[in-house]
Amino acid sequence: MSRPGGRAASAPLLGHEIEPTIFELSVPGRHAFQLRTTQVPARALSEYIPSEHLRTASVALAEVSERDLVGHFTRLSHRQFSVDLGAYPLGSCTMKYNPKFCDAVAADPGLNSVHPGVPASLCQGWLELLVTLEAKLCAVTGMAAATLQPAAGAAGEISGLLLMRAYHRANGDVRRRILIPDSAHGTNPASVTLGGYEVTTIPSNARGLVDLAALKASLGPDVAGIMLTNPNTLGLFEEEIVEIAAAVHEVGGLLYYDGANLNAILGVVRPGDMGFDIVHMNLHKTFATPHGGGGPGAGPVAVSTRLREFLPGPRAACRDDGTYYWSTPEHSIGRVHGWHGNAMVLARALAYIDVHGGDGLERVAQYAVLNANWLRERLRATLPAAYDRVCMHECVLTATGLKNEFGVRGLDVAKGLLEEGFHSPTVYFPLIVDEALMFEPTETESLQTLESLAESIERIAQRAKFDPDGLRHAPQTTPVSRVDEARAARHLMATEDAAGRS
Amino acid sequence: MADYLPHTPEETTEMLAFLGMESLEHLFAHIPASVRLSRGLDLESGVSEPDVAAAFSTYSRANAGQLSNLTCYAGAGAYDHEVPAVVRMLGSRSEFVTAYTPYQPEVAQGILQAIFEFQTMVSRLSGLAVANASLYDGATALVEAVNMAAGATRSSTMVISSGVHPHWRAVVRTFAQGTGHEILEVPLKDGVTDWASVDVTTAAAVVVAYPNYLGVVEDMNAPKALATSAGGLFVVCADPVAAGVLKTAGDWGADVFVGEGQPLGTALSFGGPYLGLFACTHDQIRRLPGRIVGETVDSNDRRSFVTTLRAREQDIRREKATSNVCTNQTLMAVTAAIQLGWLGTRGLREVATRCAQGAHYLYDSLVRIKGVTPVSTHPFLREFALTLPRRASGVLDDLAGEGILGGISVETLTGGTDPSIEGDIGDVLLVAVTERRTRDELDRYAEVLGKVLS
Repeated sequence: MSRPGGRAASAPLLGHEIEPTIFELSVPGRHAFQLRTTQVPARALSEYIPSEHLRTASVALAEVSERDLVGHFTRLSHRQFSVDLGAYPLGSCTMKYNPKFCDAVAADPGLNSVHPGVPASLCQGWLELLVTLEAKLCAVTGMAAATLQPAAGAAGEISGLLLMRAYHRANGDVRRRILIPDSAHGTNPASVTLGGYEVTTIPSNARGLVDLAALKASLGPDVAGIMLTNPNTLGLFEEEIVEIAAAVHEVGGLLYYDGANLNAILGVVRPGDMGFDIVHMNLHKTFATPHGGGGPGAGPVAVSTRLREFLPGPRAACRDDGTYYWSTPEHSIGRVHGWHGNAMVLARALAYIDVHGGDGLERVAQYAVLNANWLRERLRATLPAAYDRVCMHECVLTATGLKNEFGVRGLDVAKGLLEEGFHSPTVYFPLIVDEALMFEPTETESLQTLESLAESIERIAQRAKFDPDGLRHAPQTTPVSRVDEARAARHLMATEDAAGRS
Repeated sequence: MADYLPHTPEETTEMLAFLGMESLEHLFAHIPASVRLSRGLDLESGVSEPDVAAAFSTYSRANAGQLSNLTCYAGAGAYDHEVPAVVRMLGSRSEFVTAYTPYQPEVAQGILQAIFEFQTMVSRLSGLAVANASLYDGATALVEAVNMAAGATRSSTMVISSGVHPHWRAVVRTFAQGTGHEILEVPLKDGVTDWASVDVTTAAAVVVAYPNYLGVVEDMNAPKALATSAGGLFVVCADPVAAGVLKTAGDWGADVFVGEGQPLGTALSFGGPYLGLFACTHDQIRRLPGRIVGETVDSNDRRSFVTTLRAREQDIRREKATSNVCTNQTLMAVTAAIQLGWLGTRGLREVATRCAQGAHYLYDSLVRIKGVTPVSTHPFLREFALTLPRRASGVLDDLAGEGILGGISVETLTGGTDPSIEGDIGDVLLVAVTERRTRDELDRYAEVLGKVLS
């Protein structure tokens, strides 16, 4: 391709040609931008700014026509799997269908053209929306109040840990350790470190649940709290949660609920009723706001009454006369976001909650759990569950059998599934399961899709027997075949310049 | 009964029968009864989409500050730039919108290549070797920068100019409660950082904003010299549009660049989702927070992209990770790449230049109004602060009545007092001008402000 600029052709549909980078499409002198005619006098920048501060050369960006811009990013979009394209049973990620309607209401210029720094009198609608959402999130989780600022789950975690710290300090209490089960998400221990605490890992028992005896043995007056997700990352409900909560509270610790798996329990059981003091929610999972290829998310944190005064501020609040204002709690830990959180994501989540209502959210959980159990049962002979009993919204299966018999690993099964037109499950997590394949079908996939998914997995298992080498080289029918990850890390090329194409 | 479930009653029965169950309730039989919700959620019943849309239009109508009503001069890190239909439409393609993090690169080349292009653009804007795939916003990106600095040095002292956005400083203070970093905020004098007042021998980071949040283009040599003598990283916070005409962070010897990426194609959105820009030198790459996409080849030797240096990340390193960041703001990064693709080499410079021309044109008229004085005598680019003869919050209300969003009250922005302002902070107004403001609009602003203040 000596002159790629302007070449309008759909290579991804025709075969396996790569898409040039936008810089390779660039032709000096081309442009796409059009700006408003303003009649503002055009004076040279050097009249305003001393020349020592000014660039001599412009930032080297691509120079493309609007037509080329559209062609390029459209072709890139054709090289991308998405929920809208097919089932995405990626465990722990709750990749359910994202209702288009929620995007549409958030796109209203009455919401998305509001500057975040306007006086409260100019954003009464937004403040009301935030107050309404906060109340509904508290109703879902059984908590007293919430901050909507954290931009994602991990941001919620660190915010929650700082709330825990503030609470203990206010009680004149210096505590050092946070307990985390060995099945926990990796964000949990990373957040604990940032919160200034040390991790104590609690082992799982033979049933895949928190080992209560080990937990009790780890408790002491230096324990600030425990971070749990329930159902846990094995998709299993922590049946001894009442005893766990009592034991942690007994030593003055707090319970933190990692809401990654909240979809499983909507309307069935609430974290507040289980004894949790702090709850983060992943609105991009549970409440179906689109994940955007890796964000934006939103990670509101709800707390029980005793932690309310420490919440980040400012928070939207309502006066007796029905007007809204910003208010910062007296002992607030401070801001955790540059403005008010991922507001457009918050608006989408509220639309989703309102459409479903309390009854609809309960059905969401019921069908998420039904789908996961159906899949687990259906695959029993092919990929057994790591813990063989009723699961919640996801099931962790193991490819140990395939590995021992045919030398085919969980990763190979996952890659094989890509050739079948499905996204892979989460692989090798949780860490405590050998050759883990974590499937979360979500409630929006049909029985026919689940059957087709199961048949694909059965075909892959057959292939493991007859064509293990082929499977180890899967996928071949995707835009690119298995990529050399080691090489990417060894010779880092993270920019066009580093790749030698500048 | 509004939901998005495909199951027919017959299918539900069939699936339950396959599990040997009679009702959906059976699925939850193992949950202790003492914690079960017996009465359902305390929420109204579900309603149809058009019913919810009607409720949402009341929120939308109650926002008097929407830009169909007002001409925008508010900035402070969030700007009313042109975002053309082509960027909005490409950025809302559902293949990008409804994808997850690109954990399976064979089916995620679209997002991965777009991020690679985004990283290239941020690297060139910042003049630094590597950029990541984005962080939550500018403020949290600065938190990651100071955490990186603590890891790179043996110090935990962060020397931060009060010219850094007040919210960003507030967020850094919040997270320092956990990390234990000592935060030293350097006051401003005449709108620029009073580096001479700093008395430290060692520091993990010296942080400056370029331009600072009052719009002033500050001297960069003094903070660089301080960072060098104190053995800390030099962290430059920059507005990416201003970076289109100013010298790069790299030119000034920065180790880390952080920025708020909203001006690159994201609507004002009431403050989010935006995106944090983050770039650093090669030396710091192993401490880089968040995701980074690298180029490699597939098993057939075709160019491919993949998230790389994964050993830094939380799901692998757990409590020893460089950061807890997982989900970031990928869709905004893809959109920024599209917007910068649309602007191109000339367009970005043109936008920055027009912002500066409009801002100076307006400044010249506003400072002629009786009682209005500039906060700083130093050069500015696209935003400036004025001291008014009365409280800025009241003036903003009066201007809103005339259809003008006149700027941001610095008292509101800082929460009251702040080392960035000498004198009465309540009277200070921050005014930003973008390339979208016409001469007629600017003339009218000056005229109305004169009337409001007379």
